[in-house]
Amino acid sequence: MTTTLANRRRPERAGGPEKGRPARRGGSSSSRPGFVWALPATIFFGLFALVPLVAVAVLSFTSWSGLGDPKFVGLKNWEALFEDPVMLQSLWLSLLFIALGIITQTPLSILLGVWAAGNQKNRAILSAIYFVPLLLSSAAISVLWRALLDPNFGIPGQLSWLFGDGNLLGTQTGAIAVLIFVGMWQFTPFHTLIYQGAARQIPPVLYQAASIDGAGTVRQFFSITLPQLKNSIITSVILMVVGGLTTFETVLILTNGGPGTGTTITAFHMYQEAFRRFDFGTGSAIALVLVVISTAISFAVVRVSGYDKMRSSMEGL
Amino acid sequence: MKTRPNYLAGAGAFIWLAIVAVPLYVMLSATFQTRAEFGDNGPLSFPSSFTLQNYVDAISSGFGRYFLNTVIVTLGVVGLVLLLVPPLSYAIVRSQSRAATAIFRLFLLGLAIPAQAVIVPVFYLINTVGLYDNLLGVILPTAAFALPICTIILSGTMRDITPDLYEAMAMDGASPARAFLRLVLPLSKGGLSTIAVFSALQAWNGFLFPLILTQSESTRVVTLGLFNFQTQFGINIPGLLAAVTLSMVPVLLAYLFARRALVQGLMGAGGK
Repeated sequence: MTTTLANRRRPERAGGPEKGRPARRGGSSSSRPGFVWALPATIFFGLFALVPLVAVAVLSFTSWSGLGDPKFVGLKNWEALFEDPVMLQSLWLSLLFIALGIITQTPLSILLGVWAAGNQKNRAILSAIYFVPLLLSSAAISVLWRALLDPNFGIPGQLSWLFGDGNLLGTQTGAIAVLIFVGMWQFTPFHTLIYQGAARQIPPVLYQAASIDGAGTVRQFFSITLPQLKNSIITSVILMVVGGLTTFETVLILTNGGPGTGTTITAFHMYQEAFRRFDFGTGSAIALVLVVISTAISFAVVRVSGYDKMRSSMEGL
Repeated sequence: MKTRPNYLAGAGAFIWLAIVAVPLYVMLSATFQTRAEFGDNGPLSFPSSFTLQNYVDAISSGFGRYFLNTVIVTLGVVGLVLLLVPPLSYAIVRSQSRAATAIFRLFLLGLAIPAQAVIVPVFYLINTVGLYDNLLGVILPTAAFALPICTIILSGTMRDITPDLYEAMAMDGASPARAFLRLVLPLSKGGLSTIAVFSALQAWNGFLFPLILTQSESTRVVTLGLFNFQTQFGINIPGLLAAVTLSMVPVLLAYLFARRALVQGLMGAGGK
């Protein structure tokens, strides 16, 4: 009680726990940092991320070739974009990439993550190795796989019974399959990590209760593990959506958008329009489409799954 | 009770181990073979000779310079992150002003902005201020895009400092700056090393900003060097893979010695 009074009288000593407690208005005392402390980082971030986000919308209504100043052209870029067959195809390809990425990576990373969450020593060692692709740059991974899949000197040439003529990147289907596989190789460790962390949070008492009730490993996985991982699945899927939409390096290095425009996904199309054809207005319009779609899909996933309504995965415990 | 061996899962785990490890093994074994031997035997064979010529080739083709550039970019990014994020996180955790809360929301929002979305305006900005084809022009946006995750990680660490400690500092009449230097920074060492390692990884592996914002060989970073090397000498696979291997060595060393910080950083990137 005395402490409370002392605090009231001398607000500069107010240092009580603020977690879960609403900030007192005007109660900023001299022992607490003002928001000025946050300004350098905020201004810096604003300059390179937030202002450009607004600028990209403005630039999408201009014509700019990289030289001189952008000229306002109204809706011209947008009209052209809606009639651009490569753009429409790129949107379908992006959705296909995202869907295939989710289908291939989610079950695998859930299984690996739950497996790796066990405390056994060998699991820890294997998890450490699984993790390696995640550390490597997309550039290094793409160059590596391109070399490994080289039709003449690569693995397909040596295993022709499996790969036929070996020119995997020569057909659209082959090129898509390669990109999906390389994406899986690169990003499964990341999602595995998410599930591993989440699986360790599941209270052991749930499994104990289930095994007393006679539920086997498989039953426990579907009745306890999966439902408990719901939030992580949503997080992971959202990250896959955003990541899939912005996949760029692997496409540039492995397929260069080809064969033809067979793997020209939207992010790569944006790069081509802006930095190869020097049509920065159209490039900005495509960039804006990317932002809108990734935000919309993320919101949709959150809505459909009811993530926004359910605050805790531990409800009912 | 979870220690009962699960053979099916174990088998699956070993298959995935092969998928992860075989490409890396092929890469390493190729780099120690001559081009002729690699071409004759194929990538999956065991090497019958040993040469370091591929590494010599890779280094003499300009990789030394690219490495230096990447090191400069990495140090610059880590320096900026360590300069900007701690005061920001301190304000987010300790300030009671509404502005600080709003700023934290802003950074959470910023987490969702992909670099591709803003690359054209960033290109315009860097051009306008005359930093095109300059490593500083790569450092600035790379650091900016590392800020949201680093802020979330470090704020998490700083929240764990108990209020009693702040109160004790305040009793002694310490100013916010003094509390920051004497209390917050020393107690956030773990978080600070996590964000340093994480932002270093981002900078080391960065590709899009250097691709768009640099042009000449004197400013080329390692990732761009690999891309360039492939388009020029795509047929010399052992040489190419030696360059790829070299680009990975520092990261793998960091993984050996700072594994905890790296994993925590990446968990922070995904788990929040």
